[in-house]
Amino acid sequence: MKQSPRRQRRLGASLFRAALLGTLVAGFAGAAAAQSLRVGLAEDPDVLDPHQARTFVGRIVFTALCDKLVDITPELQFVPRLATSWEWGPDTKSLTFKLREGVKFHDGEPFNAEAVKFNIERAKTLPESRRKSEITSVASVDVVDPMTVRLNLSQPDVTVLAQLSDRAGMMLSPKAAAAAGANAGAKPVCSGPYKFVERVQNDRIVLERFPDHWNKGQYAFEKITYLPIPDSTVRLANLRSGDLDIIERLEPTDVKTAKGDANLKTASAVGLGYQGLNINVANGERAKNPLGQDKRVRQALEASIDRDAINQVVFEGQFTPGNQFFPPNNPYFAKDIPIGARDVKKAQALLKEAGVKTPVAVEVTMSNSPRSLAIMQVIQSMANEAGFDVKLKSTEFATMLNEGTKGDFQANQYGWSGRPDPDGNIHAFVTCKGGLNDWKYCNPEVDKLLDQARTVADPAKRKELYTAAQKILHEDLPIIHLYHESWIWGMKKKLEGFTPHPDGMIRLENVKMAS
Amino acid sequence: MISFIARRIVIAIPTIVLVSIFVFALQKMLPGDPILVLAGEERDPIVIEALREKYRLNDPLPVQYFAWAWQALHGNLGISLRTNAPVLDLILEKLPVTLQLAAMAMSFALLIGIPAGVMAAVKKGTAWDYLATGLALWGLSIPNFFLGIMLIFLVSVQLNWLPASGYVSLGESVSQNLRTMIMPAFVLGNALAASMMRHTRSAMLGVLKQDYVRTARAKGLLEPRVILKHALRNALVPVVTVGTLLFGELLAGAVLTEQIFTIPGFGKLIVDAVFNRDYAVVQGVVLCTALGYIALNLLADVLYVVLNPRLRAR
Repeated sequence: MKQSPRRQRRLGASLFRAALLGTLVAGFAGAAAAQSLRVGLAEDPDVLDPHQARTFVGRIVFTALCDKLVDITPELQFVPRLATSWEWGPDTKSLTFKLREGVKFHDGEPFNAEAVKFNIERAKTLPESRRKSEITSVASVDVVDPMTVRLNLSQPDVTVLAQLSDRAGMMLSPKAAAAAGANAGAKPVCSGPYKFVERVQNDRIVLERFPDHWNKGQYAFEKITYLPIPDSTVRLANLRSGDLDIIERLEPTDVKTAKGDANLKTASAVGLGYQGLNINVANGERAKNPLGQDKRVRQALEASIDRDAINQVVFEGQFTPGNQFFPPNNPYFAKDIPIGARDVKKAQALLKEAGVKTPVAVEVTMSNSPRSLAIMQVIQSMANEAGFDVKLKSTEFATMLNEGTKGDFQANQYGWSGRPDPDGNIHAFVTCKGGLNDWKYCNPEVDKLLDQARTVADPAKRKELYTAAQKILHEDLPIIHLYHESWIWGMKKKLEGFTPHPDGMIRLENVKMAS
Repeated sequence: MISFIARRIVIAIPTIVLVSIFVFALQKMLPGDPILVLAGEERDPIVIEALREKYRLNDPLPVQYFAWAWQALHGNLGISLRTNAPVLDLILEKLPVTLQLAAMAMSFALLIGIPAGVMAAVKKGTAWDYLATGLALWGLSIPNFFLGIMLIFLVSVQLNWLPASGYVSLGESVSQNLRTMIMPAFVLGNALAASMMRHTRSAMLGVLKQDYVRTARAKGLLEPRVILKHALRNALVPVVTVGTLLFGELLAGAVLTEQIFTIPGFGKLIVDAVFNRDYAVVQGVVLCTALGYIALNLLADVLYVVLNPRLRAR
């Protein structure tokens, strides 16, 4: 073909010119970006209203946007934030906070005891609130004086402080929240170091420095942009190309690549949660099989699993094998329940003792992510060697949840993101009336211990109660814990001052870009 | 012509109603409860009941459908269960992005596919033909997500020529916008160019055998004029059909490509909506896509008439 239509040629030429122009402009764009931080998230957050929000990534945004009453340290100690000090009342039936003076919301409204009362009541009463169960024991809120507020509890409950170190303790401007109602998440007005600028769904959330923040000197950046990039390979590619400054949830298998890049570094912290195999022990017809009925069969399944091998094969050793509701570095981890090594002979002996016909059929439901599939395939081959016949059924998450609550599963594989207070990792899963006890495990002794642990403020005494409960649970095994995920961040080498926390948040205090 | 278009629009109305009923029914048949997903990790029973009430999920299905349809007729497509944002706002936010990406991808497809198809047909059996056919096979076989990631590694990570992702709207900066859109548009256009090339080639081969082409040559017309004016024009009718169908597909969102280049278009929106059982968003996006398809079909019919006046009589 010797000649192309003129119109096509013109279009082609202008496209080329545009591309060329774009390349030139890019050269100048780099300089202006020094004062801003671009953060790559693994998902798009949901509603940006701390009382309605439910996603992990949403909490990362709130960390910069909304201050809370108290915060946690990497060692899970509570430290002042909007509250400067707190005190438990008699029998841990009330909790009194002294509040920080001179704090302003992003709309200029003052922060005080009235604002705390408004927020706690909003979290308890807003029909769309997801915080109700977290602060259900808060019966009423008293304004003692303008800067002192007291929460009266309906029963002794030491877990309230931990709840207030997360979304339930985040403060919205009462004026703005009252005006916006359930729609407050469209333009959240809090008191954090950064204020809301704009959000384009699935694309970005932009925050800018709040000049009147009580602690503004500790925050270096003028602008924070959060970009949801679900594909982990692409998220890393964006970091490597310099388009992002820090990314969350770097894949364990990508750590080597990131470390090999001269411009990058990584950081990690063992998370608060766990991953496990949940076994239907009493929820309907599907519990009526050897695995659901006989704890020796469950013990055999546990003995057949090599947790360290899973960690090495699937996660390149980046995560932490575990057999409890708390990771080994958590203060509540019970050292006298050691993680056993794989023991096929023991597993076979247990199955023989139980008198079941081998191979024992087990169907495990799991989410359709590549990671779940990889873990379960490893477990499948290990368990089958010990006398099981493991079948894998993968569905997407919404379906798995639905089948779980209906009891339509023999075993399923999912985990829990974890809470700073031990109660949040265990109570709802194994108490007879626990809201997340889809397997309907019920043991009055465990209930008694875990209920009692809620009323004891002394950490050493609490730990005794949790350890006693865990010993029973490790015998009964409604949940076979497998491993604890680590939060892994990748960032530019020039980014300084980032402190990894076990809750996976990106705290921007003292974080800056070296020049 | 006007009555022809009017008739087509009237026929489109029942199509749209049927599509919306179908999508509604299919979503309700999906296993999984949206409220369980939305209630958050804790699955608080009080929250679950309040959400069911709020989104009227306790009503019988026909009641839910008519409530939605009645609101939709008034221009209210409901509220996203996941983010509380009005669905219409979400659609209006994503539509320009998807339209631009589709248009750019289509331009790539046309610019590459048609000339290559014509060349392959005219030089049938030569090295040129095999080269074009081979490239088309490559274009059709290589998955979008693979080509996308490889391009990011080459162009963004290694050469640092273009940003790996991070969409910038046309309103903010035209040059930045083109820089972020050119790779995804190329990836999408690449596969389309391959099918456009195949269709152009076979249509051209058919036309080049026709008597009027021989006549045109016999008249002593120059070869380029024979091919471009006489042959190509007639060969374009089937190409238009394929092109509009492909364009319609692009309007439904390019899930993988959008995901890789983080382009905030329809694809990502609808996938998130399906996984979260965000019924109102799925309904809204599908309705919008169906409207797009119908408009494109209408456009194709009009183009046929422009290309081939004989069709005007019908």
